[in-house]
Amino acid sequence: MDKQTVLKVAKLARLKIDDERAEVLAADLGGIFKWIEQLNEVDTNGVEPMTSVGGQKAFRRPDVVTDGNKQAEIMRNAPDSAEGFFVVPKVVE
Amino acid sequence: MTKLTDLTIAAALNGLNKGEFTSAELTRDHIGAVENARALNAFIVETPELAMEQATASDERRKSGRVGLLEGIPIAMKDLFCTKGVQTTAASKILKGFTPTYESTVSQNMLDQGMVMLGKVSLDEFAMGSANITSGYGNVISPWRANGDDKQRIPGGSSGGSSAAVSARIAMGATGTDTGGSIRQPASVTGIVGIKPTYGRCSRWGVVAFASSLDQAGPLARSVEDCAIMLQAMAGWDQKDSTSVNMPVPDFKAVLGQSIKGLKVGIPKEYRVDGMAPEIDKMWQQGIDWLKDAGAEIVDISLPHTKYALATYYILAPAECSSNLARYDGMRYGNRVEGKDLNETYELTRAAGFGDEVQRRILMGTYVLSAGYYDAYYLKAQKIRALIARDFTEAYKQVDVILTPTTPGSAFVIGEKQDDPLKMYLEDVFTVPVNLAGLPGMSLPAMLDDKGLPLGLQLIGRPFDEETLFKVGSVLEKAAGFTAKPDMGWVNAK
Repeated sequence: MDKQTVLKVAKLARLKIDDERAEVLAADLGGIFKWIEQLNEVDTNGVEPMTSVGGQKAFRRPDVVTDGNKQAEIMRNAPDSAEGFFVVPKVVE
Repeated sequence: MTKLTDLTIAAALNGLNKGEFTSAELTRDHIGAVENARALNAFIVETPELAMEQATASDERRKSGRVGLLEGIPIAMKDLFCTKGVQTTAASKILKGFTPTYESTVSQNMLDQGMVMLGKVSLDEFAMGSANITSGYGNVISPWRANGDDKQRIPGGSSGGSSAAVSARIAMGATGTDTGGSIRQPASVTGIVGIKPTYGRCSRWGVVAFASSLDQAGPLARSVEDCAIMLQAMAGWDQKDSTSVNMPVPDFKAVLGQSIKGLKVGIPKEYRVDGMAPEIDKMWQQGIDWLKDAGAEIVDISLPHTKYALATYYILAPAECSSNLARYDGMRYGNRVEGKDLNETYELTRAAGFGDEVQRRILMGTYVLSAGYYDAYYLKAQKIRALIARDFTEAYKQVDVILTPTTPGSAFVIGEKQDDPLKMYLEDVFTVPVNLAGLPGMSLPAMLDDKGLPLGLQLIGRPFDEETLFKVGSVLEKAAGFTAKPDMGWVNAK
């Protein structure tokens, strides 16, 4: 794991990380992924990946509206809002 | 007379029922205790006025004959449960000031059963940690100190505010969540009882998500019976969480004190790890002897993939964390740091809002899920997870319950194990496999080590067989006769 990889992953994760911190993280993460390499010892041929616990079927309910009319509640914690909309930085020029 | 704050929940319910004291009196004493113990930094938000309102309302209900399972009992709520009208932060700066307009299902269930909420207790940021040193609101300090030293020790994590509050007798019980050991490890290092129920037993709705396939809510309290009472109130199917399981919640209290004669208890040889403190081994043997004396049959078992559990966990949990925490972008809630455009606003917001450990895990998770690495890491880990779960399934063909230590050592000093994240991760070596397999696990205090610090035993059960944990737990609790409590002198002096 090198600094460039850390910076690339940080970009994907939308985290601003400076060069100095990227160096530290490269060492930290490098150590962790080296330790994780032990998993290669395990023979997983023919093993189905476990994607959930229990594997219960999703239950169904009638397709009716059970919730709503909460605009004010939904907006209450917004960092910036106007007339019932979230205000966000300009995306399209 | 015993101080009201020293009572168990069961004893307090009894006293309330007999009219020996009111919930208002019980709550007032706890509010005073919380104020006197601020040196622990256990609470992020104290809600004394709300607590007194709830206590008074509870006393009224009791008069009219309506008595819930937690009627009038003062409880501390982990700040990962959304509470309507009360700030909920997950101990992260990114959520400072966030005030939910809804109540989590678990806390609502508890309110419906008469709970009085003392406030929101701290945790590792987004429940990521084992020492409560990653909170954005300062370290939580354990009330416990070693013999002859006054160094500050960890209360465990991530439910460290919960464990500190309950062991310091400033809350009768607390909620916790457990993704890799976050209920059991804090309970173990503070000398109290904690249970992580089977995945699906409690609703995750309204609980800030860390790793959704592993997270599960549960109680921390000072007796096995108190945990049974609390879990009874917390658990149950919830239509709002598709992973909560639609099956009846048994009467957990009914099994307490029942005989365990003939019960088969598994002792997994892989849990004897290198570097384990000799006292942990001694405690484990003591636990085995206690169960033998009670008529249980001890069976040596093997869980061959145990050694891979932690590395597996540190792929899966960060992967799930990185996608769960993508929602904190400063647009709809939480704090925002403006940048020159949308992307920079995201990046600055998240860099300012998340602490180091959370950022590290987001990066790990993003990396293992990124193109070219998914199969090598994420898919591989999911397959090993299946093998770990299969180990338990095989073991439960031979045994009814498994006994292990909860942690590899007692509470360490704040600042230790901080130079290398791997050292901290090893704290959960005995608890993580249980989450990967989705099983119920309980930690209960067994003894003090030679430093005078608590050590805990862990019981692991079959899926949805919390009853066996409560049954065996009550046998161990009786045999251990653990009555030690922290000396609060230093806490209250401040």
